[in-house]
Amino acid sequence: MRAKVLGAGVAGLCVAAELVARGCEVTVFDPAPRPGPHGCSWWAGGMLAPFCEGETAEEPVVRLGREAVDWWQRQGVRVERHGTIVLTLGRDRRELDRFARRVEGHAALDAAGLAALEPDLGGRFDRALHVAAEAHLDPRVALLHLRDRLEREGVAFVEGPGPAGGPTFDCRGLAARDSLPDLRGVKGEMAVLRSPDIRLARPVRLLHPRFPLYVVPRADGHFMLGATQIESDDRRRSVRSVLELLSAAYALHPAFGEAELVEIGVDARPAFPDNLPRLRRRGETIHVNGLFRHGFLLAPALARMAVEAACDHTTPELMDEDHD
Amino acid sequence: MQLYGTEIASRLMLGTAQYPSPHVLAEAFRRSGAGIATVSVRREAGGERAGAAFWDLVRELGVALLPNTAGCHSVREAVTTAQMARELFDTNWIKLEVIGHADTLQPDPFGLVEAARILSEDGFRVFPYTTEDVVLAERLLAAGCEVLMPWGAPIGTGLGLTNIYGLRTLRAQFPEVPMVIDAGLGLPSQAAMALEMGFDAVLLNTAVAKAGDPAGMAEGFARAVEAGRLAFEADPMEPREMAAPSTPVIGKAFLA
Repeated sequence: MRAKVLGAGVAGLCVAAELVARGCEVTVFDPAPRPGPHGCSWWAGGMLAPFCEGETAEEPVVRLGREAVDWWQRQGVRVERHGTIVLTLGRDRRELDRFARRVEGHAALDAAGLAALEPDLGGRFDRALHVAAEAHLDPRVALLHLRDRLEREGVAFVEGPGPAGGPTFDCRGLAARDSLPDLRGVKGEMAVLRSPDIRLARPVRLLHPRFPLYVVPRADGHFMLGATQIESDDRRRSVRSVLELLSAAYALHPAFGEAELVEIGVDARPAFPDNLPRLRRRGETIHVNGLFRHGFLLAPALARMAVEAACDHTTPELMDEDHD
Repeated sequence: MQLYGTEIASRLMLGTAQYPSPHVLAEAFRRSGAGIATVSVRREAGGERAGAAFWDLVRELGVALLPNTAGCHSVREAVTTAQMARELFDTNWIKLEVIGHADTLQPDPFGLVEAARILSEDGFRVFPYTTEDVVLAERLLAAGCEVLMPWGAPIGTGLGLTNIYGLRTLRAQFPEVPMVIDAGLGLPSQAAMALEMGFDAVLLNTAVAKAGDPAGMAEGFARAVEAGRLAFEADPMEPREMAAPSTPVIGKAFLA
């Protein structure tokens, strides 16, 4: 089969990889076909944390998200499999009980247990959760790696919107609102800090009733702080959001106060009203969209299901069909 | 229940923030039968109606919209936000919040009265988020408010009605003014209590949005609100110290 993929973000690249694995001839079209700050995936946290996401996300996210860790590793992407730490500040400790009730796969840590896993957090928190089966990756590294590998395997990356007709996987994210009117943008702001004074082996989630935060360690002392979640597709980086993120990071560890502020990013996540992704078939086109805050977590499963639908004529879950 | 001349069927009002998804939000509204939805303008109001997609989903709920000035810390911010809300939602209703303290989010009484006066003179129908303070209530009524929204407890705490005495006094002082308990409720029993005390309605958000099953909790609150109102209208008995059997004991072999 010859197939077109529209969009070179995480969804498009995952679909292209699944197609190539089936021996298809693939061309990826994108107005800017090299991963970069123009794409929503660039700003992702890169947490592969299906259990923690289950705090608010629906069941399919938790189940399908479990495919992600192995999938990314099979692509040759470096995946750090150290789990997730979940914490609260002292006066919010009941948030930890609530989280523990609603999320599976965690083990309770006391101060010593936490210090053994994350020495830099030792002595600062007397209680935490460890979600051992989770992992994280650097999304930018992953995108560039996958793109270059696909190109070496014969996938053509073409600048532009792509011609109409033929088997098409539309993975354009929010840009596909021109044909998916029920898609909306949910703004997320993030920051990247660099600190030589703190070392973390795994993502840390700070539960807070007003300013929830996660910190994802990256190479060379970098930390990604995320992320706001605002019902808006506007892309301004607001002072208030950055203040909240940085204050929460500072509360997690005062050494973040001395960190270098490397980057402040923003984009709008594509989401459907139930914040679950969809495969929407329209003639020869299958839309893969609505990955919301679960791009790297769910794109592998969605890509697999989309390609199964096209090649094996299955009707996977999360697929619906409509006509123009 | 009449609020600013509009008949509102349900005595439960719900906020629209913090739900796991708009779909869950819609389900919570359906199960609650809420008649009014509050919607926050400020944060989402990026340039050129950037929050339009979400607001469309809120409009589809088919209930009256009460935009709020959540997160405003000054009179000017609150007034500007109210004017923006009037444009966006085509309503002169505004739930007025002027926050005075960053940690407790309690209202700034001075800013609240000033903003209420400015907005009332500008034709707004103001629903002020206030404390249980009677003098403040008087000033708000004098500033043009015809509805009051006293807190039960600070926003998002779920502590319930923390100052029963103050709330009873407020209710008794202004028997004709519609009053909605706004903020601080965590459980349906607390909402029932507010209605039993004669408050006209309750407004909540976090208690439903952050429940494990928001739609189930919404229905729980709806039933509690109904129960509380029925009890209030039924003129409840007075509590008393001595036991009073509901069946006469005379003639029973109670000494046997």
